[in-house]
Amino acid sequence: MPERDTSGNQVTEDLTISTLSERDLIEDKYGGRQPLGLWADTWRRLKRNHLAVVGLCIIAVFLAVGMAEEIASLTPKGYLAPYDPNAVNYALSPKGLGSPPSWSHPFGTDYLGRDVFSRTLVATRISMLVGVIAVSIALLIGLILGPISGYYGGAVDSVIMRTADVFFAFPYILFVLLIMTVLGPGLWNVFFAIGILGWATYARLNRGSVLSVKAMEYVEAARAQGASDLRIIFRHVLPNTMAPVYVAIAMGIGGAIVTEAALSFLGIGIQAPDASWGKMISDYLSYLGAGSWWMLTFPSVFLVVTVFGFISFGNGLRDATDPKLKE
Amino acid sequence: MGERLLTVDGLSTHFFTYAGVVKAVNGVSFTLDRKETLGIVGESGSGKTVAALSLLRLIPDPPGKVVEGSLLLGDRDLRTLSDEEMRQVRGNDIAMIFQDPMTSLNPVLKIGNQIAEAIMLHQDKGKGEAWRMAAELLDRVGIPDAEKRVNQYPFEFSGGMRQRAMIAMAISCNPDILIADEPTTALDVTIQAQIIDVIEEMQQRYESGVILITHDLGVVAEIADKVMVMYGGRTVEYGGIDEIFYNPHHPYTWGLLGSLPRLDEVEKTRLTPIKGQPPDLIALPGGCPFAGRCSYELPVCRDQWPELEIVGPGHGVNCWIPEAERREVRATLPHFQAYVR
Repeated sequence: MPERDTSGNQVTEDLTISTLSERDLIEDKYGGRQPLGLWADTWRRLKRNHLAVVGLCIIAVFLAVGMAEEIASLTPKGYLAPYDPNAVNYALSPKGLGSPPSWSHPFGTDYLGRDVFSRTLVATRISMLVGVIAVSIALLIGLILGPISGYYGGAVDSVIMRTADVFFAFPYILFVLLIMTVLGPGLWNVFFAIGILGWATYARLNRGSVLSVKAMEYVEAARAQGASDLRIIFRHVLPNTMAPVYVAIAMGIGGAIVTEAALSFLGIGIQAPDASWGKMISDYLSYLGAGSWWMLTFPSVFLVVTVFGFISFGNGLRDATDPKLKE
Repeated sequence: MGERLLTVDGLSTHFFTYAGVVKAVNGVSFTLDRKETLGIVGESGSGKTVAALSLLRLIPDPPGKVVEGSLLLGDRDLRTLSDEEMRQVRGNDIAMIFQDPMTSLNPVLKIGNQIAEAIMLHQDKGKGEAWRMAAELLDRVGIPDAEKRVNQYPFEFSGGMRQRAMIAMAISCNPDILIADEPTTALDVTIQAQIIDVIEEMQQRYESGVILITHDLGVVAEIADKVMVMYGGRTVEYGGIDEIFYNPHHPYTWGLLGSLPRLDEVEKTRLTPIKGQPPDLIALPGGCPFAGRCSYELPVCRDQWPELEIVGPGHGVNCWIPEAERREVRATLPHFQAYVR
């Protein structure tokens, strides 16, 4: 099969032959298909999991909405939604119970006559921001402490992991409440509180993988080349331990969104008149008894669907990267 | 031979574990000159790799520790260098090729990236320059289409090509000493010969000293200038390549030679294995570690380690068997040429 060899014209003959036979071996082993890289392979298996694809689509839609609102919030108008989310209009709220969904207000209006659809869209921005920023803070801390803990072992490992145990031992919501009470309410404090509490999950998860990767020969090879510890940890070890972390990120963003909703529901998260899904659920809950179901329903559905999206995508990603489930 | 690169004297490396002290290397001495190839031969657990890793101070500490001996690189004592100085030695002065090319390359980094990293660690080169050198090196170790290959990941390379890439990485900073730790063990026999050729070629080109760790006497016969035979963490015999093959003095060397397939046997004959298992390095016997398995064992063997006996120019052996008896056994061994390809 010399016509398949496109690479051998500058080399000596025996080398050409060896390359050819090696190439044939690869093709035999993989049934004529070149082996795929980690991501191509993961994507191929993820595509077959319909639930995960639905999750990915949901994430894409909500991220797009959140991003669009984020960009719009920098413009003079301040929002992209059809109505001003904070514009009070008592004409649209007879008896203070809002008005049901209509063509001009598809999600209805709330007790102050504000457009629920616009508020829900704007709230998407806050929820996405919380998910992304809080998880980023948690990752930043976790992916520095985790690899260091696993790589050095010994006393360093004990100190970091026992600290993580303390974070795990506290009831989560109680701990967030504590931090929020100290810091006071506000958007950035929400990011910070959720982020600071999330690091232990990533640190512990990553430490486990680092323990196995640091024993690999290529780590020793890097050391034999004269690479420093930090270079070995963050360039050679960390990238090889990321697959489980990606899954945890997808799940973690969903979790952070729920936590923000819970905080806002308890009144120490986002402050009025800003809208977040949790804040809206908290505000509108009391109107359910009076028959104004639309106020509560739409933000709740958005919240549930988004979290479902992140979790089903995370699940699919885990299955797709799990070597034990490979066909 | 050229200038003296490395002088190892009385190296002992022990591992202090819960189960006891593992005496992996005990009083090993050797030297290496420029352009010279030293073969370290012995079975698994004989301390070959630990001896080599001790040179690079890559023994995990704890539990491992170089407890004795001097390691001189030129006139610098490797044992007293700071960690920072030692990092400069690694890769730059002493480079290592590892056993299994399938696991010695980082799967998430491009081949070129890994070679370029070695270059940038030790030389004042920019990224573009380092990548160009990486492609050149790949070409030099016989990887066709190096310009394209440099941008590929290890999984796109076959075993033989990965080992070539490992060699390229090891020679990237033109090291004085190249340690090859069983570089051919994980490869096909046909590829093995090519890899040995590449190592030899690179040695000629860069005028390095090579330490070749292997249990394949065939490989040693091909490229080594001198051989150190290790057993149970000790050097049992040490000598020039011809001395070891034509004139072996230690029963363990005889055993190794006897277990090789013969090229001159027309009829099928069984190989002669060395009976028994290597000793437990935690509970090493006081005397010769080979005593329990040696067919020529004397009463003194189990109690006392024999002094080094010089039996020829640059040829030493540690054995209690009297020379007269050794000569008799040697006469029955097949000729050296019977083993060489």
